[in-house]
Amino acid sequence: MTVPYDKPFAQKLLFDMLRIRRMEEKCAELYGAQKIRGFLHLYIGEEACVVGVLHALAPEDNIVATYREHGHALARGVPMNAIMAEMFGKRSGCSGGRGGSMHLFDAATRLYGGNAIVGGGLPLAVGLALADRMLGRRAVTACFFGEGAMAEGAFHESMNLAALWRLPVLFCCENNLYAMGTALARSESQTDLCAKAASYAMPTLKADGMDVVAVHEAAKLAAGHVRDGLGPFFLELQTYRYRAHSMFDPDLYRDKAEIEDWKARGPLHTFSARLKAEGKLTEEEFLALDARAEAEVQAAVDFAEAAEWEPVQDLLKDVHTPGAAP
Amino acid sequence: MKMTYREAVRQAMHEALVADPRVFLMGEDVGKYGGSYACSLGFLEEFGPERIRDTPLSELGFVGAGIGAALGGLRPIVEVMTVNFSLLALDQIVNTAATLRHMSGGQFSVPLVVRMATGAGRQLAAQHSHSLENWYAHIPGIKVLAPATVADARGMLAPALADPDPVIIFEHAQLYNLEGEPAEDGHCDIATAALHREGADVSLVTYGGSLPKTLAAAGQLAAEGIAAEVIDLRVLRPLDMATIFHSVRKTHKAVVVDEGWKSGSLAAEVLARLAEECFYELDAPPARVCSAEVPIPYARHLEEAALPQPARIVAAVRRMLGK
Ligand SMILES: Cc1ncc(C[n+]2csc(CCOP(=O)(O)OP(=O)(O)O)c2C)c(N)n1
Repeated sequence: MTVPYDKPFAQKLLFDMLRIRRMEEKCAELYGAQKIRGFLHLYIGEEACVVGVLHALAPEDNIVATYREHGHALARGVPMNAIMAEMFGKRSGCSGGRGGSMHLFDAATRLYGGNAIVGGGLPLAVGLALADRMLGRRAVTACFFGEGAMAEGAFHESMNLAALWRLPVLFCCENNLYAMGTALARSESQTDLCAKAASYAMPTLKADGMDVVAVHEAAKLAAGHVRDGLGPFFLELQTYRYRAHSMFDPDLYRDKAEIEDWKARGPLHTFSARLKAEGKLTEEEFLALDARAEAEVQAAVDFAEAAEWEPVQDLLKDVHTPGAAP
Repeated sequence: MKMTYREAVRQAMHEALVADPRVFLMGEDVGKYGGSYACSLGFLEEFGPERIRDTPLSELGFVGAGIGAALGGLRPIVEVMTVNFSLLALDQIVNTAATLRHMSGGQFSVPLVVRMATGAGRQLAAQHSHSLENWYAHIPGIKVLAPATVADARGMLAPALADPDPVIIFEHAQLYNLEGEPAEDGHCDIATAALHREGADVSLVTYGGSLPKTLAAAGQLAAEGIAAEVIDLRVLRPLDMATIFHSVRKTHKAVVVDEGWKSGSLAAEVLARLAEECFYELDAPPARVCSAEVPIPYARHLEEAALPQPARIVAAVRRMLGK
């Protein structure tokens, strides 16, 4: 299939994926250098999912994500400087240094966070959508989660509520086949995730999560349905994480050949090859985009490095909202 | 023989699995992955998938299934990856496991063991740094253990499994790499607090991941000429207050160190009982070193400031002694 987008938009999709990839490769390095600490869950390999979906959304829409959300924050428009500073634990981070890698928040872009409890974001998404509906706003709440979350009660309760009340939620399952060390077939009696979701009387669609075009086309359709007030939609994005679950994971449960097979389908090189074949990208243009992404990453690291630490005296701030009754 | 806390947990489970065919281990990533803290490495190969049962992310479901399996005649060890995720299973633990014996008029007991990692200190931020031992210790019908040493990590599981009622074991995540010696026969009781260090000037009472910090503080105090006694609670419910009263009758001063938040903490319970039973033995108002009342922040310096540290324990003792 030819890429159904003009050159600027096609290159924009590629560039957004490149920015995520280059930023996260740097994060892995910075983790080794102990600049970033705690848990770090990389999204490398899955970039087409978030880029394809977020380009189908509007500024008034809400985003709810998991602990694997660097790409979501970046693609949504959170400045890379603020993301990097957050991972360094600096005050100028997008969550003030209090959240770290797993808890990127940004009110300006309606990013309601990285949630580190599996399934924890789903009920929140239902509530955001309920608020939009009750307040007469025509917005979509996109809720991202892994296939592992589909075993949690929170998934089922949220799906039912959203469908029962016909709420504008776009459920985006990033199915990377493993929940930490547990393969999908070892955790789900029904491995056809769309079939599972369809039992809530909700339309579903699967898309190749390694192909940004497939994701974007599916997301436009799904988001359109939700925005038109027709109720929630379940989108399954079939993808793969190239790295271990987190930096603590020795990754001994996956076959190396399986990883290599998925790498051959990598979202960046397959898409850029298609664009080149269609005359929408030259090697020089690719290198220029890549250099721009790299420069942005370097600037973000410099920013985070130079940023101030929050004074310890402020430890107790932001537990309650200032001005609230004591 | 020296070993790590992790290895001690592993050996204890191994021994139980070998000793009793009714024992099985169930939880997220306990099998193929070998346990998220590597406490069950190699078990799947040795005992097979029926007894080393990987579960989906379904905390409420599999903890509840553990209760049912215990009722049905098995001796489940249910591993909940961390206390943070046990909140999704709280209903089954509090409303079912803890109540069944009583509600049934004594007809049904629930011989269940739930193990979970607990605590902060690794910059995992607010949702992954809880110390909620106290919540569980609040509930009649369950016993709560906090192994703080290699000996207890090795020894507490067997009596927990032998107990006819639900037992929850909290393993502080910062302790897994701790080295130490198990008891010669590997065994220990699950009823008493333990005296770790004798001293006449002040009683420091603590448990779990705060024990090494409290011992470090006692070492510093000794260098200043202050002799601190250190007591490890070990069992958080029911509390062995006799050991604490005995110590306070000697030192007449008490500081409780607890990684939980101060409000409504286990430390508060210990101090309340001291006030009730030992009031006239106290020479100074008792004190607490707890976590600051803030969700645990990610940034390293703030996390350190939020948690009990040896320096804060030393300062609390100095203040109490007017030094
Ligand atoms: C309720 C809960 N249980 C367990 C965990 C530990 N944990 C974190 S991520 C994860 C795997 C989740 O897999 P999936 O939902 O497929 O998302 P992925 O990590 O693959 O993106 C586990 C078990 C958790 N954070 N929350």
